[in-house]
Amino acid sequence: MRFDLRSKSVRELNQFLHGPLTGVEEVIVENPDGAHNLAVGLDAPVHIEIAGHAGYYAAGMNQQASVTVRGNAGPGVAENLMSGRVEVCGFASGGAGASAHGGLLVIRGDAGLRCGISLKGADIVVGGDVGSFSAFMAQAGRMVVCGDAGEGLGDSLYEAVIYVRGRVRSLGADARIEPMTDADHQAVRELLEAAGLTHASQEFKRVASARTLYHWNADANQTY
Amino acid sequence: MPTRRTEEGFPDAADGSVAQPPSPAFEESATFDSRVIHYIQRAAATGLYEIRGMGAKRHLPHFDDLVFLGASLSRYPLEGYREKCSSKTTLGTRFAKRPIELALPITIAGMSFGALSANVKEALGRAASEIGTSTTTGDGGMTPEERRSSKMLVYQCLPSRYGFKPDDVRKADAIEVVIGQGAKPGGGGMLLGQKVSARVADMRTLPAGIDQRSASRHPDWTGPDDLTIKIKELREITDWQIPIYVKIGATRVFHDVKLAVHAGADVIVVDGMQGGTAATQWAFIEHVGIPTLAAVRQAVEALEEMNKKEDVQLIVSGGIRTGADVAKALALGADAVSIGQGILIALGCNASSYLQHGRPVSAVADYHDLGTAPGACHHCHTGRCPVGVTTQDPVLEQRLTPEVGARRVRNYLRTLNLELTMIARACGKQDVHHLEREDLVALTIEAAAMANVPLAGTSWIPGGAPNSPAR
Repeated sequence: MRFDLRSKSVRELNQFLHGPLTGVEEVIVENPDGAHNLAVGLDAPVHIEIAGHAGYYAAGMNQQASVTVRGNAGPGVAENLMSGRVEVCGFASGGAGASAHGGLLVIRGDAGLRCGISLKGADIVVGGDVGSFSAFMAQAGRMVVCGDAGEGLGDSLYEAVIYVRGRVRSLGADARIEPMTDADHQAVRELLEAAGLTHASQEFKRVASARTLYHWNADANQTY
Repeated sequence: MPTRRTEEGFPDAADGSVAQPPSPAFEESATFDSRVIHYIQRAAATGLYEIRGMGAKRHLPHFDDLVFLGASLSRYPLEGYREKCSSKTTLGTRFAKRPIELALPITIAGMSFGALSANVKEALGRAASEIGTSTTTGDGGMTPEERRSSKMLVYQCLPSRYGFKPDDVRKADAIEVVIGQGAKPGGGGMLLGQKVSARVADMRTLPAGIDQRSASRHPDWTGPDDLTIKIKELREITDWQIPIYVKIGATRVFHDVKLAVHAGADVIVVDGMQGGTAATQWAFIEHVGIPTLAAVRQAVEALEEMNKKEDVQLIVSGGIRTGADVAKALALGADAVSIGQGILIALGCNASSYLQHGRPVSAVADYHDLGTAPGACHHCHTGRCPVGVTTQDPVLEQRLTPEVGARRVRNYLRTLNLELTMIARACGKQDVHHLEREDLVALTIEAAAMANVPLAGTSWIPGGAPNSPAR
């Protein structure tokens, strides 16, 4: 079915998507014109196609649904993603996939600052570059960057792992480059395949936490 | 031994007698007193700042520095035991379809599972539900125990987003977007490894036993314009049903309240510097933020200047202890208060004993092992709470059962409400929300200036008349 945002409001769209979607398999959102909060809080196995640019928080807190943005996405696309799949065909602004717990976020173009910040278990695949401070305090999950990464990649990382194909401008505190294992190659291949990309896993390097901040005052025998 | 005197007749400290006043040889420096010396020695020994729990310990202008002008000839009091005084409170009337309806204007502040045990979270929910008020989650998400036991549960959206899940958003009765906290405005949270148990770690998606740091900024928005959109996102996800609170740590309160109102908050929570924390650097607790007394006045003036006092409700927290404190906060313009540390103390925090099989057992030795004593303990950060309140230790947490905790908190809240309505009646009010600034005077110049009420016995308001904000 089609939902034209020139004649209906975002409120009407989301209310409809939160309702019983019996028999609804696909919703095409026409004329999004960069509206904020499109298709947020979904919890149904439905496909949403946003036919243009989206503003802030597109597909925020998504569960189960598959959401495709046929344009660029504003800040916080797929923030707190729990499951399902969100795909941005163009570029994504800051905080893409922030605090995402599960599911897959694919960004075909570049992603802005703080992509994957506070990541909590989701997978993110970026076809282009990511901005500075990406994967800041990322706790769990995987991030594949097919282009370059900006300053401070993986600052204060916990258990999330980042794979970068291009240049890393600088690593953040406690992040380090580690050798790729067979499991890492396998993970990169699977994620690239899921995103429909064809790079060789051998082109990627692994960035993970050195874990020196886990007990940052351990030198003082836990004397606080 | 008799005090030896010098030829001039002054006491001589050199002979070991207690000199009054001390001779210069024994005089403690006001700048480098024994506490400061201990601080410097500790810093030199460890190279680390001190982390502790609870709130500011220093003396600050507070609600104690205000008194009510009870009714007399110029005002009629209500009969204390006969005439009704309503304490019903409604929060979130601006945009939410389902505002929060409370029996009293006293709520339980956000405290995390992690900082507190699951038993305590359940106790808080039970007590709040029995008495007719709300309780609040904290960093780390919503536990099933507290959701089950809480009739009205406010779900915090914090910078860390630990355990923040859409299913729980939809289960909440209100969402509180936490910008800051009075104990540490501008700072993130901290939960030391001792308290990151397997369950806490699982809820927060972290390895167990690590020193867990929380971010100080939200991951998906930065300024007030972004916050406007973020609040709308939360409203869209909850279909505009439930109120959205915004909590700020008290600093530039006048401007922050205005920005939060512009951003679309239903309820503003202002937390003064006496507010507690589970674990924060001491310098943060004691030296960042402004007292609650000053914060209330600025928040109210911001709402009044925006003509939003009737639309947006104000909750005040940070060092609220008694029914008199609640009454004073309401008289200054708050719609409700929120209590954290007072609740912990009601549960047994800083008590010298805990109950086991209905009998008191001394906890003094356990306080001693922590290097402290009942009445002075601020060792929430260690996870070794001697009375089972701020711990994840399976043995220690048994020292406070949900039943005992719920009973104590319910009694405490009931006492506060009795005191509140007693004061309101004495001031001639049929509703606690009718208390007003005119009912108050200050005992100190500082309190008069901060609260913008006259010094007792005078018409003098230092710093200007009401509605001339000092900001």
